[in-house]
Amino acid sequence: MNNTVKKITAVLVLLTLVLSLAAVNAESGKVYRTLDEIKASGTINIGVFSDKNPFGYVDENGDYQGYDVYFAKRIGEDLGLTVNYVSTEAANRVEYLETGKVDIILANFTVTAERAEKVDFALPYMNVALGVVSPDSRVIKDLSEIKEGDQVIVISGTTAEDYLIKNNPEISLQKYDTYANAKNALENGNAVAWANDNTEVIAYALENPGYTVGIPSLGSQDTIAPAVSKGNETLLNWINDEIKTLAAENFFHKDYEATLVDTYGLDYEESLVLEGGGLTE
Amino acid sequence: MQSLGLEVLFKGKNFARLLGGLWTALQISLISIAISMVLGTLLGILVGRKNGIGRVLMRCYLEFIHIMPQMVLLFIVFFGTAKAFGWNLSGELSSVIVFSLWGTAEMSDLVRGAVTSVPVIQYESAMALGLSRPQVFRFVILPQALRRLIPQSINLITRMIKTTSLVLMIGVVEILKVGQQIIEANRKSSPNAAFGVYLTIFLLYFLLCWPVSLLARQLEKRWG
Repeated sequence: MNNTVKKITAVLVLLTLVLSLAAVNAESGKVYRTLDEIKASGTINIGVFSDKNPFGYVDENGDYQGYDVYFAKRIGEDLGLTVNYVSTEAANRVEYLETGKVDIILANFTVTAERAEKVDFALPYMNVALGVVSPDSRVIKDLSEIKEGDQVIVISGTTAEDYLIKNNPEISLQKYDTYANAKNALENGNAVAWANDNTEVIAYALENPGYTVGIPSLGSQDTIAPAVSKGNETLLNWINDEIKTLAAENFFHKDYEATLVDTYGLDYEESLVLEGGGLTE
Repeated sequence: MQSLGLEVLFKGKNFARLLGGLWTALQISLISIAISMVLGTLLGILVGRKNGIGRVLMRCYLEFIHIMPQMVLLFIVFFGTAKAFGWNLSGELSSVIVFSLWGTAEMSDLVRGAVTSVPVIQYESAMALGLSRPQVFRFVILPQALRRLIPQSINLITRMIKTTSLVLMIGVVEILKVGQQIIEANRKSSPNAAFGVYLTIFLLYFLLCWPVSLLARQLEKRWG
């Protein structure tokens, strides 16, 4: 047996071992905590963004803030629990729920059919579509203006990435794991445009002179919702009831006015905010 | 002159937070480095010997660690163990496990290399003088191997410190993540914050790794 064959066999043996152990375990038990278990522990783990102003970010005192966090705080208050914020990235939100490392994800999580196979979404609390922002020197108004050799920035694991791969496979993508890195890449001129949730790109262009949202609404209108581990019904039902109850006090409008108004202005309030899961309208 | 965006560091507790992030990164790397140095040295000496099954297992381990990017290892340990075994490891513990596994593998390779680089004549002469096997190792081989080991293991240490920036992917808020948080929280009021913050992070990493390199140079001079 020569060396390479030995190595390959070794790795294969190891993998089989790990996988068989995993298979044995996968059959037993749930990964998530039920509502009662969470209540008994005194702490609820909520996955939020920590670098996505104004949805989830950390202020200069080290406290979590933003539209998603405002809702997370309220959930903690109404359950009478301490909220333990877990800093998540776009690319690992699903894994956090699949492994029960957090109880809820409240991180600007767009509802898609593909994700719904892996996690359970509660009622939505916000509307969103995709948008494309590009520098003023060459504003991309239509995807057809993206020529061969041009690259478009996306963040791994976002709806924008899925949409472009599915509908425009000819466009070559430049993928980043974190929001901050994607932003730096656009500003360094690494690509001709950045595709992301339209809220993101609208806010970005308002704040950064020299950039324009050439395509404000791409693809279908989507919604943003809290998500829990697949099968965690007690927690899911509680969140749904909470969202319906909160509609009575116009909670998400207050949330918008407290956290998003500085970024989007009042013009977008009605089109972005969804109250009571949008069911009562 | 355009602002460097350094003002965000003096807002609230920002600078203290950045140092806190550095401390997190440093803790993870120091614990892992300590574990790696000890285990790596032991393994490196053992793997140089020829005995069947232990050697095969070692090879499996070393190959596995070598072909896996650290990011994948982090995901396997943090998410994989939760999925497969239902273990709820914290991000910090997962990081220490991964960095220790990686550091141990690299260290044992370095030690093995250093030990085998000592000429055979040294072993033979020592044996001829009547030293026992452990004595040969303790008094003849290790002192020579150690000298050859210093520069490479220092290099490994600094690499381990720098690679801790990956742990933000499993929810550990270390210096780079704190930096990104500060940049994002201030993206309206200080659009240039990225430059100032990354510059500061660069300087902090440098202040951390530079003394280590200096120490290495001193040791090399003294023992060389």
